[in-house]
Amino acid sequence: MTADLALIWPELILTIGGLITLMLGTFVGDRNVGLYQLSSLLTLAAAAAAVVALIGVETTVFSGTLSVDGFGGFAKLLIYAASFICIVIAPRFFRGGMRAEYPTLILFAALGMGIMASSRDLMTLYVGLELNSLAAYVLASFMRTDERSSEAGLKYFVLGALASGMLLYGISLLYGFTGTTDFAGIAKVLGGELNIGLIFGIVFVLAGLGFKISAVPFHMWTPDVYEGAPTPVTTFFATAPKVAAMALMTRVVIDAMGPAVGAWQQIIIFLSLASIILGAVGAIGQKNIKRLLAYSSINNVGYMLIGLAAGTQQGVEGVLTYLLVYVVTTLGSFLVVLQLRDDQGNQIESIPALAGYSQRRPGLAAAMAVFLFSLAGIPPLFGFWPKYLVFEAAVNANLVPLAVAGIVASVIGAFYYIAIIKTMYFDDKSDTEFPKGGGAIVEDAVITASALWLSVIGYLFIPVLAVLSASAAAVLF
Amino acid sequence: MSGFPILSLMLAVPAVAAIVCLFAGDKMARFVALGATLATFVLGCILWANFDVGGAQWQFTERADLFGRFQYALGIDGMALMLIMLSVFLMPLCILASWDAIKSRVGLYMAMFLIMEVVMIGVFMAQDLLLFYIFFEAGLIPMYFIIGIWGGANRKYAAFKFFLYTLLGSVLMLIAMIAMIGEAGTTDIPTLLNYDFPAAMQTWLWLAFFASLAVKMPMWPVHTWLPDAHVQAPTAGSMILAGVLLKLGAYGFLRFMMPMFPDASGQLMWIVFGLSMVAVVYTSLVALVQSDMKKLIAYSSVAHMAIVTAGLFAFNQQGIEGALIIMLSHGVVSAALFFCVGVIYDRLHTREIDRYGGLAKNMPAYSIFFMLFTMASIGLPGTSGFVGEFLSLAGIYEASSWVAFVCTTGIILGAAYMLYLYRRVVFGELTKDDVKAMPDLNAREWTIMVPLAAVALWMGVYPESFLAPMRGDVTTVVARLAPAKPAGDARLAAGKPRAAEAHGETAHGSAHAGGVQ
Repeated sequence: MTADLALIWPELILTIGGLITLMLGTFVGDRNVGLYQLSSLLTLAAAAAAVVALIGVETTVFSGTLSVDGFGGFAKLLIYAASFICIVIAPRFFRGGMRAEYPTLILFAALGMGIMASSRDLMTLYVGLELNSLAAYVLASFMRTDERSSEAGLKYFVLGALASGMLLYGISLLYGFTGTTDFAGIAKVLGGELNIGLIFGIVFVLAGLGFKISAVPFHMWTPDVYEGAPTPVTTFFATAPKVAAMALMTRVVIDAMGPAVGAWQQIIIFLSLASIILGAVGAIGQKNIKRLLAYSSINNVGYMLIGLAAGTQQGVEGVLTYLLVYVVTTLGSFLVVLQLRDDQGNQIESIPALAGYSQRRPGLAAAMAVFLFSLAGIPPLFGFWPKYLVFEAAVNANLVPLAVAGIVASVIGAFYYIAIIKTMYFDDKSDTEFPKGGGAIVEDAVITASALWLSVIGYLFIPVLAVLSASAAAVLF
Repeated sequence: MSGFPILSLMLAVPAVAAIVCLFAGDKMARFVALGATLATFVLGCILWANFDVGGAQWQFTERADLFGRFQYALGIDGMALMLIMLSVFLMPLCILASWDAIKSRVGLYMAMFLIMEVVMIGVFMAQDLLLFYIFFEAGLIPMYFIIGIWGGANRKYAAFKFFLYTLLGSVLMLIAMIAMIGEAGTTDIPTLLNYDFPAAMQTWLWLAFFASLAVKMPMWPVHTWLPDAHVQAPTAGSMILAGVLLKLGAYGFLRFMMPMFPDASGQLMWIVFGLSMVAVVYTSLVALVQSDMKKLIAYSSVAHMAIVTAGLFAFNQQGIEGALIIMLSHGVVSAALFFCVGVIYDRLHTREIDRYGGLAKNMPAYSIFFMLFTMASIGLPGTSGFVGEFLSLAGIYEASSWVAFVCTTGIILGAAYMLYLYRRVVFGELTKDDVKAMPDLNAREWTIMVPLAAVALWMGVYPESFLAPMRGDVTTVVARLAPAKPAGDARLAAGKPRAAEAHGETAHGSAHAGGVQ
């Protein structure tokens, strides 16, 4: 037992760090933003360092309920990095309204997500997921006085609870028909004959997880929550929990349901195509940039699911690479959204107000153009590469029709991305002023770095990414 | 020269200049762009001078294992060399053509053109399938900006149509490429050129490539993006679009579809012939009734490209060589024609043919150049157009006399719409006051016209300079296609050729003489 504790340092650090941050907020006060910011950031850095220190360890702890491996490590590093950025950007957004609960909740959410990414038992899965979700519900309604924020929190909570219910129902069915909650044990039973109970279990579990990754048809909450939640929280929702849920889904599908390919593959294919198409079509009419990015995230999840549908190691490598590139792109684009303020300092979210933005803030507009073209997957931007990987995995797994359908639908997706670029570059200047000097140095640095990385420079990192994702994906096979 | 990475340098010069232009002021950006494109042109000349005609198929090869899964592999053969020369030759002229016409966001404009140059010559240099695709697709982004920001009144629509149309085409090619890589296990183009794909797979791959390249070409009926893009693009944008971007499709046919899927090419050539025949007649007729000068030239481009595709699928030396010469010739001539339109557009700000008339009186120098390019477009002997059209029609005749018959009417119709355009713009009474006030060419416009005219004549009088580097590559493609080649209906009887010194090839000398008798 104590030996196991030495292997979950990242989780321990996050728990302790989260509690310290909470105490700091309570006893030192919300005014001392620097102090609790520092403690939360240090916690995340230390947890990331612990993950790095555990590289190469591959084992399970606590009677096989939690695994320590490269796959979880890859996901955790991404989650911690995204959480780090989301804490950094918060004080400037909330201004006077910044409270210590924000970093604390993010830390606990990160803890839950880490557990999701490394669970190998249905119970740990659920505990991790709920820990993350509870923190997320509160974060969504973090601006108590703002109606939209409260609405977002409530919507997220009600629909999230429904999804948790479905997930639990599926878990209970799987447990009932297999007699175990352990992934490996479930896989063993699924390798035999499937009965209707098991199939229902698989369907409900995948539906519950589909809600978390906001795959169509479980996506309805996404645009509303993304729009209503404060922008740093939206940034968080669009990045870290996506990584965790996608990692969890991959683990459940490959580890627990692996042998029952026929049962889960068609569900994943449906989720994937539905997300790609609805994510693309739904985005076209949007006038709010945050809603649009919500649809864009639905669309991107669809592409990740193409890699997962392949069910091969190559496919999982594609999913992991996709997650990494997606997180960088999404962070970058939300950081740009965060800087959209008019001369009164009000947040601008309407897309028509962005008309002529390139003439007012050429640097930011160029970065946004890079992010959008990258999300659309147009080479030479690096967003092309993960799309290529998932399509390659699908073609090599004999899922050519899926690849063709996905890639043709990507043209619909390209339409709304280039429509924003049209607004920023081709249209005449709108009346909205965007005064210069809105961004902190850190934000500008993150935007610049991610935009540069997503331009052609990213291709130089392919060998590194290939090694990382291959070693992480190999764990599952 | 061996070992010196001249190809990488040719990519790097405009790329660095593009970054400089983004941050430079208007005036400086113009000079940086001009300097960089001229420097690249000089590098291109060095490249041509050092190209060993009749030497190894792939020369100046560079290889670096930068990307893990695929390679940074560059190298050129004769066809690529000629198309690179076309690109680097047109670029400085495009920059000069937009010297005064572009007044807003000059830095961004010049940067986009320079990126365009990198992308275009990158396409012709790439020796790795994925690297090729990346360059091939990357051209969409700068062109989207060029049309969308500096275009005409309906520019946003045209930019969207251009972007989505060509993207939709090329994504299918990506899936085909993935399947090829999975099957052959390599991304190396020279290896893939000699890989025999299973026959059933070839058909699907061929169709996927065709979907992409036919849009780029553009072939009837997927040509409709082209007139919109041309009409709305700024003058230099049209020049580069017609001059080089339209050649990407034909280059793809010749580089990928024909040698990589020879069986499918043989079986499905009727699709290409059929579409080409429709295109030649239909688009020529459409060109005849246009009232917008740019649209007219855009439709004439589609017609010319149809002769290119028909020539390529003739599967013989003359047909393919002729198609290549049309590509080069059309690159120069259509760019020149678009510039001719640009010259008078800058003065009167309309492209309506009816608004002009009688220019011969007040713009004699302009009228002479316009006449020369009109003739070159029609294919008058002595101009570049004649050589290409004659060779390719001779090749097509060998493959199918009916296709040759229909394609030849395109030449006649071409003469009709071009001369009709010329008559309405240049001849007639000089009645309109604003047209009367138009000054003749200025020094900058002379600087652009003269090289274009010189090359058009050079290619017409001594095409051997351009054919020689490409001949070996064409022979390779023809040899690769030979097993799949259907018997033509021309029933050629070999004549008794004299010494074949004028044709410079021995293996095909007899067929050559037979085809033109």
